[in-house]
Amino acid sequence: MVTTSKPEYKVIGTRPVRPDGVDKVTGRAQYGADIKQQGALAGRVLRSPHAHANLKKIDASKALALDGVKAVVTARDIVGPDGDLSKLPDPAANILAGTKVLYRGHAVAAVAAINDHVAQEALKLIEVEYEVLPAVLDVREAMRPDAPILHEALRTRAPTGPSEGPSNVVAQTVSAFGDIEAGFAECDVIVEREFSTKMVHQGYIEPQAATAHWNSDDQLTIWTCTQGSFPARESVSQILGHPISKIKVIPTEIGGGFGGKISVYLEPVAALLSRATGKPVSMRMDRTDVFEGTGPTPGTNIRIKLGATKDGKLRAAYGDMAYENGAYPGSAAMYATMVVTAAYQIEHVKFDGFDVVVNKPRTQDYRAPSAPAAAFAMEQLIDEIADQLKIDPLKFRLMNSAAEGSRGPMGMPFKRIGHEECVEAALNSPHYNTPLEGPNRGRGVASGFWFNVGLRSSVNVSVQPDGTVNLNEGNTDIGGTRASLAMQLAETLGITFEDVKATVVDTDSVGVNDVTAGSRVTFASGMAVHEAGKNLIAALKERLAPTWQTTPDEVQFEAGVFKNADGSKTMTFKEAAVATVGRGVGLTVSGSVNAGFLAGGGFAHHIVDVEVDPDTGKTTILRYTAIQDAGTAVHPAYVEGQMQGGAVQGIGWALNEEYYYDDTGRMANSSFLDYRIPTSLDVPMIETIIVEVPNPLHPFGVRGVGEPGIVPPLAAIANAVARATGVRQTQLPMSPRRILETTRGIA
Amino acid sequence: MQALEYVAPASLDEAVAALAKHGATARVLAGGTDVIIQAREGRRQVGVMVDIKGIKEATSFSFGSDGSLTVGAAAPCARLYGDAEVQKRFPALVDSASLIGGIQIQSRASLGGNLCNSSPAADSIPTLIALGGVCNIIGPSGKRDVPVEDFCTAPGQNVLQAGELLVSITFPAPAANSGAAFERFIPRNEMDIAVVNAAASVALSADGSKFESARIAVGAVAPTPLYVKAAGDALAGKPVSEATIDAAAAAASDAAKPITDMRGSAAQRKHLAGVLTKHVINTAIARAKGA
Repeated sequence: MVTTSKPEYKVIGTRPVRPDGVDKVTGRAQYGADIKQQGALAGRVLRSPHAHANLKKIDASKALALDGVKAVVTARDIVGPDGDLSKLPDPAANILAGTKVLYRGHAVAAVAAINDHVAQEALKLIEVEYEVLPAVLDVREAMRPDAPILHEALRTRAPTGPSEGPSNVVAQTVSAFGDIEAGFAECDVIVEREFSTKMVHQGYIEPQAATAHWNSDDQLTIWTCTQGSFPARESVSQILGHPISKIKVIPTEIGGGFGGKISVYLEPVAALLSRATGKPVSMRMDRTDVFEGTGPTPGTNIRIKLGATKDGKLRAAYGDMAYENGAYPGSAAMYATMVVTAAYQIEHVKFDGFDVVVNKPRTQDYRAPSAPAAAFAMEQLIDEIADQLKIDPLKFRLMNSAAEGSRGPMGMPFKRIGHEECVEAALNSPHYNTPLEGPNRGRGVASGFWFNVGLRSSVNVSVQPDGTVNLNEGNTDIGGTRASLAMQLAETLGITFEDVKATVVDTDSVGVNDVTAGSRVTFASGMAVHEAGKNLIAALKERLAPTWQTTPDEVQFEAGVFKNADGSKTMTFKEAAVATVGRGVGLTVSGSVNAGFLAGGGFAHHIVDVEVDPDTGKTTILRYTAIQDAGTAVHPAYVEGQMQGGAVQGIGWALNEEYYYDDTGRMANSSFLDYRIPTSLDVPMIETIIVEVPNPLHPFGVRGVGEPGIVPPLAAIANAVARATGVRQTQLPMSPRRILETTRGIA
Repeated sequence: MQALEYVAPASLDEAVAALAKHGATARVLAGGTDVIIQAREGRRQVGVMVDIKGIKEATSFSFGSDGSLTVGAAAPCARLYGDAEVQKRFPALVDSASLIGGIQIQSRASLGGNLCNSSPAADSIPTLIALGGVCNIIGPSGKRDVPVEDFCTAPGQNVLQAGELLVSITFPAPAANSGAAFERFIPRNEMDIAVVNAAASVALSADGSKFESARIAVGAVAPTPLYVKAAGDALAGKPVSEATIDAAAAAASDAAKPITDMRGSAAQRKHLAGVLTKHVINTAIARAKGA
């Protein structure tokens, strides 16, 4: 661990046993599909076999006639008998298509039956009439004026105003500073390349699952494995036109999400089926449903031109970045233009981003959404320039590194950041200082940046009669936040980790919490916890003051101990809690914050050694080191886990993962057999180096750590493969097939 | 998944009778690692599962007095590769049997099931071909024998007629100074379907300088696993040399007629057929020489 300087913490920085560990390793933890309600029906979704088609007619009469089938719902059940299906808003149309299907796997109807087998048989009996339309699957093809149009009403948002006619280009966004023509004129070395990446999936282990019960009093209860019970409540409310006051979302444990479980899919459908039948309805996806019907991350086509002076200063960058949004508008390219140069000081930059709809699933966030593909392009060009200038790639990055006060992704100056420290840690690492020898081997490095989304968090803390405290949080524990929040509360109160019991509660039981995403929970909910802790200390001062015959502001609290002005009376937090709550009235406080939007961020740097088999084209990861600025590592083991997880997902994305489409727009590899995420046998132990440059925006200096770790791997591996083979890799995945094609022309 | 019936005959006669009774909707159940998944996913309509795991001939394996090996069609891979004699005499079978699925799957999956599933990419079939395996089939009109290389007819299809059942596969005793090996190429290191696989069986002269005979098979490069006679012929009678082995590898590559799909391109597979053939010949030579 590399630490600049930080206060002495008692709890923060230790590695306590995770509070959810026992239930998870013994199989007792309740995930989405484990919810069993008395009398529940099983729901299943019928999905479009076509990538693009007008939806002419749905006839469910034969399905409804099947023994055991209780209801079939379609988008008609959302808009009502007189509603206009063509005006269905995007979020609703994505979970039950209105007048058009826009991708293979698009939901068109759903059935509830006495069990899952009957439900599946019933799907085969629903007759759907499609008018098949030409589909467009490639981002650049979709941008052409003659491309098939997905949304007739869509007009491009551009700096010059909206487009005249319909287009698949959702928006052209520009991120520009300085004068790129002048900048490139100063450059002695200019490199320019085009890169492309394929659509990939988060690959969370737990498929989506939800249970809904629409009670006869119109109270709707939803159990779901979500990355945001409050956003899920709001989405269901908007899609179904049902007030949030009548919706309770109960989050279950969650088996991974990485951004893919922010959106709702089954929840509103299960609610409709429950309303239709009066029974609880449980739904779950199989893996093909997950691949075809949820939200992967965009494929991209990125062109970047980058220039430097011969003394090694980056001066100008221009890029044209096209990102697939899938079937409905998104904003991935906009983020890409903001983060693509975040690690460096480059005076003159201009990046055009194009968000584009194509006939593929509506994309969703995936761990630092948009940044890995941007880094895949940018960090390879950085390496090429360093090579041409004969400067060590790490030293070159250091010479040009972003730093406190330099221009950040939004144009505002960075506050204290740790990119330089990450690169220095790489330079000093055992890995970088061990020579890599042998044929067909290469070493690559790359940097990456991602924001900390701030947003709203709210927690409740109640004091128990024995002096322990209960912490109720509203964010799903997806990355160890029960532990990381309990630790921050324990630190604030000067008590032990074991004296805090953290529980994830439902939407009726705590104030508003935004998504469990954006590396924000340990960061922003940590601020709420700190706030709640301060409120609790203030409340205890109020209670202690009369017994100590003083005023609350005369009571001091330091290092876990209350004392009066002359220090003659002292009590630990726990003693004070027992004394005032043990025999007195209950005490509950809350902490609520809005930590802003994109309120800072963090950097990662990775080093990888590969060996590429020249006969088979297969790349083996020999050694891997992940370095990341955690600000303050609350629970270092969890931080290391996040770093390793990001690296492993990046390895899969770099080497083998892709949505492989046939000519009809069908994903041909919609199972984990052929969608090749890495197994434990495909990755070495990922070595980790935690860098701690405390975040000035957080009371304990915490930075979110969930996302930056997936940004460098694609580029780091590409840089390593380029050194191993002598051939620059501009397309993902760098599969054995691709390596044979590019290194030996076997195509 | 639709409801289905299950029967568990205790003898071959009962199995044949059950298959005859239920006709085309009947399906033989050995380990079930393919057929149950196919039924569950609706890729095969199965009315009756005829479980042959209660039949001794189908679940055991034994060596004949002539050194041949007969493997029951439902004998689990794990038992086969765990057997010391099989490891010693038929290491190529161990190569295949030990990489089909994980340990749980290997405790159910069988060579016979892998063969009857008749996937072009099956990880045991090239080995069964290279080792000269013969299928012992029983049916309503009696018994018949079919060489493994003639068994598969198309993806998922084979020579078994309605009511017929694969009982076992018999491998002749390995010749003197012989060795065999199997290898597959997958992009990951486990849990994957072969992009290409290959097996070779070679018999060398007593001094190890020349090939007496050889059998080469490659998989995932045609609608069925391929016995490449030309590759074996390229070795037979020739000196053990890199040039000879390269010629055999080129013959295997030539014989490959692959497609492009999500697992690999046609050009990549054709290339890999040669690469893997070379690998397995070299491993087979090393084994023949007792290395």
